[in-house]
Amino acid sequence: MSDTLPQGGTPSLHPESELEDDVLVQVDNLVKHFPVKAGGLIGRTVGQVQAVDGVSLTIRRGQTLGLVGETGCGKSTLARCIAGLIPVTSGRVTFEGRDITNLSRRAMRPFRREIQMIFQDPYGSLNPRRRVGAIIGDPFVIHKTATGAQRKRQVQNLMERVGLNPEHYNRFPAEFSGGQRQRIGVARALALRPKLIICDEPVSALDVSIQAQVLNLLSDLQDDFGLSYLFIAHDLEVVRHVSDAVIVMYLGKIAEAGPKRPIYEMPRHPYTAALLSAAAAADPKLAAARQRIILTGDVPSPINPPGGCRFHPRCPKAAELCSQQEPPLESKPGDPATHVTACHFPVEAGENLALAGRRERP
Amino acid sequence: MAFTRFLIRRILTGILVLWVVATATFFLFFFRPVDAVARQLAGRAASPQVINEVVRRLGLDQPILVQYWHFLGNIVHGNLGYSYYNGEAVKTIIAQDLPITASVVVGGVVLWLVVGLGVGVLSATRPRSTFDRVSTVGVLAGLSMPTFVLGELLIIAVFVPLNQRGFSWIQTGYAPLSEGLIPWMGHMILPWITLATVQAAVYTRLSRGSLIDTLGEDYIRTARAKGMSERRVVYLHGLRAALTPVISQLGIDVGALLGGVIVVEQVFGLSGLGQDSVQAIDTGNLPVIIGFVLVASFFVVAANIIVDAAYALLDPRVRIS
Amino acid sequence: MSVTGVQFQAEAVETAPEEAIQGRSQWQLTWRRLRHDKMAIASIAVILIMAVLALLAPVFAGLLHHGEYQAFTGAGLSSAGIPVGPGTHGFPLGTDYVGRDLLVRILYGARISLFVGISTTLMATVAGVSIGLVAGYFGGTIDAVLARFIDAVLAFPFIVLALALAAIYGPSLLIVIGVITFFSWAGISRIVRGQTLSVKEKEYIEAARSLGAGPWRIMFIDILPNLLGPVLVLATLYIPTAVVFEATLSFLGIGIPAPTPSWGVILSEAQNYYQAAWWYVVFPALALLITTLAFNLLGDGIRDAMDPRTERLFAARRMRGKRNVTLKDSELPHTPPAGATGAG
Repeated sequence: MSDTLPQGGTPSLHPESELEDDVLVQVDNLVKHFPVKAGGLIGRTVGQVQAVDGVSLTIRRGQTLGLVGETGCGKSTLARCIAGLIPVTSGRVTFEGRDITNLSRRAMRPFRREIQMIFQDPYGSLNPRRRVGAIIGDPFVIHKTATGAQRKRQVQNLMERVGLNPEHYNRFPAEFSGGQRQRIGVARALALRPKLIICDEPVSALDVSIQAQVLNLLSDLQDDFGLSYLFIAHDLEVVRHVSDAVIVMYLGKIAEAGPKRPIYEMPRHPYTAALLSAAAAADPKLAAARQRIILTGDVPSPINPPGGCRFHPRCPKAAELCSQQEPPLESKPGDPATHVTACHFPVEAGENLALAGRRERP
Repeated sequence: MAFTRFLIRRILTGILVLWVVATATFFLFFFRPVDAVARQLAGRAASPQVINEVVRRLGLDQPILVQYWHFLGNIVHGNLGYSYYNGEAVKTIIAQDLPITASVVVGGVVLWLVVGLGVGVLSATRPRSTFDRVSTVGVLAGLSMPTFVLGELLIIAVFVPLNQRGFSWIQTGYAPLSEGLIPWMGHMILPWITLATVQAAVYTRLSRGSLIDTLGEDYIRTARAKGMSERRVVYLHGLRAALTPVISQLGIDVGALLGGVIVVEQVFGLSGLGQDSVQAIDTGNLPVIIGFVLVASFFVVAANIIVDAAYALLDPRVRIS
Repeated sequence: MSVTGVQFQAEAVETAPEEAIQGRSQWQLTWRRLRHDKMAIASIAVILIMAVLALLAPVFAGLLHHGEYQAFTGAGLSSAGIPVGPGTHGFPLGTDYVGRDLLVRILYGARISLFVGISTTLMATVAGVSIGLVAGYFGGTIDAVLARFIDAVLAFPFIVLALALAAIYGPSLLIVIGVITFFSWAGISRIVRGQTLSVKEKEYIEAARSLGAGPWRIMFIDILPNLLGPVLVLATLYIPTAVVFEATLSFLGIGIPAPTPSWGVILSEAQNYYQAAWWYVVFPALALLITTLAFNLLGDGIRDAMDPRTERLFAARRMRGKRNVTLKDSELPHTPPAGATGAG
């Protein structure tokens, strides 16, 4: 996994060294705004929640793109736009070269076999009133690919594959633990052999010991079935281990993106650096030596994002320029072409932002 | 400010509803061959001359939309038609009946709210006590009791024996307030109990459940932890939230109230709106029926607006929706 | 890609319990709890008995040689022309004002009450659930229109409508069924709509959409099973409402017309005779009361049986050794007893 070859996902800003038929999903300038309505019988729109504001990315076959950010940065919204669950305000999503933006439900149907989702909440993502056999068998029924005994067999095979006892076919979700329920969700997503699985924080709600098992499972499945993952999380360590490339989002925009080594070893965006500094370090010596970069202030509301660079009110390096001009997403000098950052004053090698935060702000 | 806007919106919706009701009523009754309509309006016993007179006076031979227009116009001006059977304007009949029905309704509603909420609150604050268990049984009995059965039973079991023993305060029939508060109440007490019982049961159960749920909420626990007196916790905080489903139920029940009133008037021999409506059916007196339907709808809509306003006062979130 | 960060080598710690390969559905659990509720079982028994009696009404009529419309002016009325009491001249419950056998009439009345009660509730439930689902799921304008419509129907005074219709077309069974169904569906619809609105937001509905499920499949296969519980309770409680409403309408003369022996009709006739013939009022009233009470108790029982909060009461009872049942994991009390939160 070298740094020079485009790995996992890269923003499409990048030059043409990508192999075209290697690209599974291409997102161009996706914008998703939610209208904010005031009261009244009709309800006038008084503002827009700018959940996703011009994001572009690429997901390649067999690779995993990690998507990181705080709550409210738009990553879940982005995922649902790609999955076709919510309509896109503007921009384009293509799958294997075909435009799937805002397709009608009927037109989207065939693509649903290729793009699947795993959800965050193991307790909410399974219908408590249905048996797990029926839940996992749903895709077969909906797309009419298997019936009766054959379907049951396929469901049981899937259960076995994800580490569940196939004899529990007739049980209800309530009879399973959190980790097992996530496996049920994985089995369901896997049923029609999709090409892409969007994992929306699949392990965030699980105990740490169980997280490892589920992540192991996902990794094995990727090898066996040739899957691509869009892996959304807020835990940087988890993302580091599963992803080939990473995108860091902040308030609806991409702050930094690239193959994972450069991002983790040499983060350029102050936000990424801050996130990394706060991530848990397994080695206690490292943890003690680490200096936390403290970000001041709360995450602003996506209805009224700050002008210029959206991060500037909290950034330890913010300058006058940052509040006026939005920084372009581009590769900084010294970085590989696939590593892009949106910052006027990216972090330099050897710079210690923890000290910078205590400086007087302009 | 938001409240005023809310109120205005509700009133406008109410007027819309009334218009729909009036239109539906009109087409239900008048959109038929002139003959049949005239006959029904004049009453079953009417002679051909009266029928012709009716056709002429009411313009029944005019195009249906013209009639509709006149109909609406009349209503807006307060003219609700003329009852040939009784020989008076419907408006007059209504005016005579209104005090009687109002007495029954107001007293009944007050009684059911007081008993219902009272018992409900007391039960909720003493769960599983003897009081609670007894009231649960009472509620179940009350719920299962059809109004007219209760009325008859009350007459048989209370009115008749008491009267026979010379205790004559409780009477059937009506005595207007002008004759004194005590006689008025004496005549009204049994109708009130009859009207109120089923509803009191419903409201006891509703307020009890609602209050129990509310008192289980975290913010109530916080209030208690802050050292607030139990009385304040229950009555100031608990009730406020617990009352909202009760009030919304009240809006729905206004409609049911009319049914209860009709029954009660029938059973106790009170010649109010209810009794007269039934009589109108028996005699096929269409103008009276139409008039009553419109008046009844008006009161239902008005009551609903009042209830909604009360709800909005209790729950500020509603004003925004 | 491999995971090396978190070095936990734990085996699958959670293995599901090995007994019971077949999961217990909500209904099976509810029925188990219901079985232990004496009041509920008694209610079911009463309802079944009433149904059987109603079905056997012609048999009773045959055995007694009294038809439900047969007026025995000789044996059935006293010399003064008033009804005879229970037990006289072979009339088990006495007669009515024209000398008809009261028992037979009450039994035929049971047919009417049960038929009206159950059929109207059934139709209202189907209509109410469908409309509530559609309104709740589709939202937007459809919901706005339907919700207003539901509210309008709920606020509407139905006796007035019944009056009006009876005035034009004359009272009949059809009008009664129509009016009762029409007012019942709205109440059910409102509850279903509310539940649908909240279920709609759950993640498993989103999951179903992501699988490509269409709206109808989602409504009836994913959302509906979550509603059936409350709907069942509601329907069971609507049956007595329907029965009482029919009786009331008939009592007022705008429901089922005499001489059909609806309980309401009988009670209406009885108004003039209560001083002389107490049985004329008491027996039909009792029949009405028992039926209504039974359905109300059953509805309450089902509601309690479905409510997991009362589960600990049942678990506690079982633990006291009344039965030899091994407790399943899901049946152990998980919520703290009410007193623990400091309430009351």
